[in-house]
Parts: sequence; structure tokens; C-alpha cells
Amino acid sequence: MKKNVAVHVENVGMRFNLSQERVDNLKEYVIKFIKRDLKYNEFWALKDISFDIKKGERLGVLGLNGSGKSTLLKVVSGVLKPSCGNVETRGVIAPLLELGAGFSREYTGRENIYLYGAVLGYSKEFLDEKIDEIIDFSGLGEFIEVPIKNYSSGMKARLGFSIATVVEPDILILDEVLSVGDKTFRKKSERKIMSMFDTGVTVLFVSHSLEQVQRLCDKAIILDSGRLAARGPVEKVAKIYKNMTQ
Amino acid sequence: METTKYLKNFLRYKYLLYELIKKHIKLQYRRSYLGILWTLLEPLLTMMVLTLVFGTFFGRDDPQFPVYILSGRLLYQFFASGTKGGLKSISSNSSMIKKVYVPKYIYVVAAIISNFVTFLISLVVLVGVGAVLKVKITPYTPQCLIPLAILFVFTMGCGLILATLNVFFRDVEYIWSVFCMLIMYASAIMYPVDRVIATGNGWIFDINPLFMCIANFRDAILYGKPMDINYLLISAVVAVVSMIVGSLLFYKEQDKFILYI
Repeated sequence: MKKNVAVHVENVGMRFNLSQERVDNLKEYVIKFIKRDLKYNEFWALKDISFDIKKGERLGVLGLNGSGKSTLLKVVSGVLKPSCGNVETRGVIAPLLELGAGFSREYTGRENIYLYGAVLGYSKEFLDEKIDEIIDFSGLGEFIEVPIKNYSSGMKARLGFSIATVVEPDILILDEVLSVGDKTFRKKSERKIMSMFDTGVTVLFVSHSLEQVQRLCDKAIILDSGRLAARGPVEKVAKIYKNMTQ
Repeated sequence: METTKYLKNFLRYKYLLYELIKKHIKLQYRRSYLGILWTLLEPLLTMMVLTLVFGTFFGRDDPQFPVYILSGRLLYQFFASGTKGGLKSISSNSSMIKKVYVPKYIYVVAAIISNFVTFLISLVVLVGVGAVLKVKITPYTPQCLIPLAILFVFTMGCGLILATLNVFFRDVEYIWSVFCMLIMYASAIMYPVDRVIATGNGWIFDINPLFMCIANFRDAILYGKPMDINYLLISAVVAVVSMIVGSLLFYKEQDKFILYI
């Protein structure tokens, strides 16, 4: 992996087995195994995907629904391991996907900051230092001492966003996340992300909104049924995408 | 190279391990009036019931019989709840596993360690009951730590195996809970060993690593005598083997978990 590359994706393929009926109990498995009836439909959500993102580049991923965009993000962020090929990343990744996965309903907002922070791989010292900043940014005020099962979904999203963006990441992964909470918070979160952009962070941004991608990214790729249909500077790719979707 | 990579990754997530253990213990008794005290009360009350039934009703007059019951029952309880916790840990954290990258073994390890911590706390009851019933402290008493360590490794190994199997076959959970009942009755928790040996069925103890740990634990704390070397060796070997099998199986299958949960 070259020095100035932040994300290196090489010949990545992701295969899912779509079995017609799910066999998840032992009896069925044994019966089907004996009858040699274990059928799988192979389905490649991604195939032969290769690209590099250089440090400081902002790559937009375009594609229609079901083209493999989310799968690609999951592969890059490490949630899914690709069936073939490999992915290398350099530096701290902040995935702004599924904000608040790992929140405990019974825990208060404050307790959840530590729990979710730990899920994201932060240390206790770091969280101790940043806790006021997180609470402040979330704008939850005294609700921070309330169990989050009493939160509205907007409040949860605000807390999740505040925790996930408190780090200074090297790589930022965004999945149309710029719409969190109410209008005031949305503006605040956009400003936060823009300020991260200014620090020279590498960005992987997924969207089907061409306008957003053009505004935020300098490079882009198009995914079509799991294959890489185009890549290059955002303007060039935008033209191709327009032709494709018309 | 590979090992340092895993070690580094573990160190990065060791705070998460701590947080998960804390969550298990904190949430277990949240909103109950007596809270963590239940960790002590539950074994104490169970001991009283078992002593009443298997001691008094059966006309046994050994004054230290409650210690015998309590020690066996505590170790069994750790094994059973630890393996069951490990077994469910992957499927019950599925929403998290699908969304954020975290080394998956952390969930299993956290479930088992939190059960071990509760178990260690509940040992206070054993000390208390032992003191009241005048169980003597001998030079052999500290040896009780050895069967506990073996039991911990054994539980971890079984937990890893069960967690992996349970991802693919949900039946494992039900099979295992029946199996745990079998192990309970085969571990001489509430009856003396010699009764069973007298009927010629002593072999059941020779294939049961949990019983071996319990027996060695009792030798150390209750009878003040050295451990049975055979039991010690067999249980240690079984524990290490289960740990190796569990780790390898888990490691090999973990990337597929996400497709099944």
C-alpha cells in the first residue's frame, strides 16, 4: 500500500448465499444434508471492485438502490469481511453510519456515551476528557441523566452523532448522514462535518443524490449491480451518471 | 507479526470489554430493591432449601453439609450461567455486530467474565457460611484457586464453541439447557459421592470435568486435604483442549456470523 493512500480496495468481491428457505435448525439441516438438498443461490453484491482513495481526497459513491453502496461501506469499515480481495485502511476511521448502534436502552445518556464510545474504540481517558464537549454538542442538557429509552429518535441520533464526531478521524465514512435531528441540529452537524473536511480528512461518501456528491466530493465512482461502472473526477463521473439515470 | 496485530486490536478494545462487563452486572439487578445483594441472597436461600430437602428430610446430620451443597452449587451455577451467557452473546448482540466493527469474541468473553465476577462476589456467602459452621482453614485452603482457574478456562472454551454453534443452529440453546440439567445431577452437588460409587455408577464422575473441579475445590476448602492429582490433570487438559477447540472454531467461523444472525 502506497504511502499517500488512505483507503486501498483491491479486487473486492462480496458473495451472499440466498438460500430459498433459511435452514437454522439442526433437524432440517441434517435431513437436507442427507438428502443433499442444501441449495444456495449465490449472489454477488460486489464484484471486482478496485480503487484507491488518496489522503485528503473525497470520494463519492453513486449508484441506484441495490447497487451495493452500503455493502461497500460495510466492507471498508470492517463490519463485513469480503469474500475475496482485500481492503486496507490507514488511520482512524469514523463511520457515521447507523449512529447509536450499541446504545443500551436502560442506560442514561451519560452512561451510553461511555458505552458507545468504547464500541467505537475510544479509551476511557479520551472520553473523560471529551464528555462535556459531547454533551454540549448534543444539546441534550439535563436529559443526559435520563435513560435513553425515554428519548425521541431525534435525540438519540443527536447523541450518536455527537459521540461519533468527537474524534479527529483520518477517514470519514458518511452514508447520507447529513440529515440528523431538527433543522438547527442539522445545520450544526453540517458545519461540524465541513470543519472536518477543512482539516484534510479523507472522505468516503455514499449517496444517490448527485447534487450532494458534486457539492462535497472531488472524485466519484459509480456502482452498478455490484460492479464498478465508472471512476474519476466528480464532474466527469457526474455526466456519466446523468446519462445512466435518464 | 500476526499475533502482535491481534494483541494491538485487543488492547484497543479492552475498554469496551470493561464497559460490557460493567453493563452486564449493572443491568442485571437494576430496578430491583436489593440490587447486587441478590448475588449473595440467591445462593444462600437456595442452599437453605437444598439443605432442608437433601439434608434434614433425608436424615443426614453432618453439620457441615450446607458448605458441601453451597460449594458445589456455586461452581455449577457459574458454569451453567457462564456457558449460557456465552452461547447467547453473539445472537443477542446481533444488532451491534451488523453495524459496527468490534472483534466479536469480546462479546463472548464479556458475558463469561461478568458471570465470573458475580460468582466471585457470591463466594462471600461461602466464606460466611463456612465461618458460621466452623470450617477450618488449612494450608490447603488456598489451593481452591486452582480448580477455579481451570473451571474458568473450561467455561470460556465451552462458551466459544456454543456461541459459534448457536449462530448456525438455534436449537443449541435448548439442547444445552437440558444438558446442563444432566450435568447438574451428575456433579454430586446435593448428594454425597460414595452413595453413587456404591451402586457401581462411579464412572459418571470420571468423565465429568465439572465434577472434578468441584471435588478438588471441596478438598481444598472443606476437607483440608491435597487435591486429587488425576482429577486435576484430567480437568486441566480438558479445559485447555476446549479452549483451543473453541478459539479455533470461533476464529474460523466468525466472518460468517453476520450472514446468519
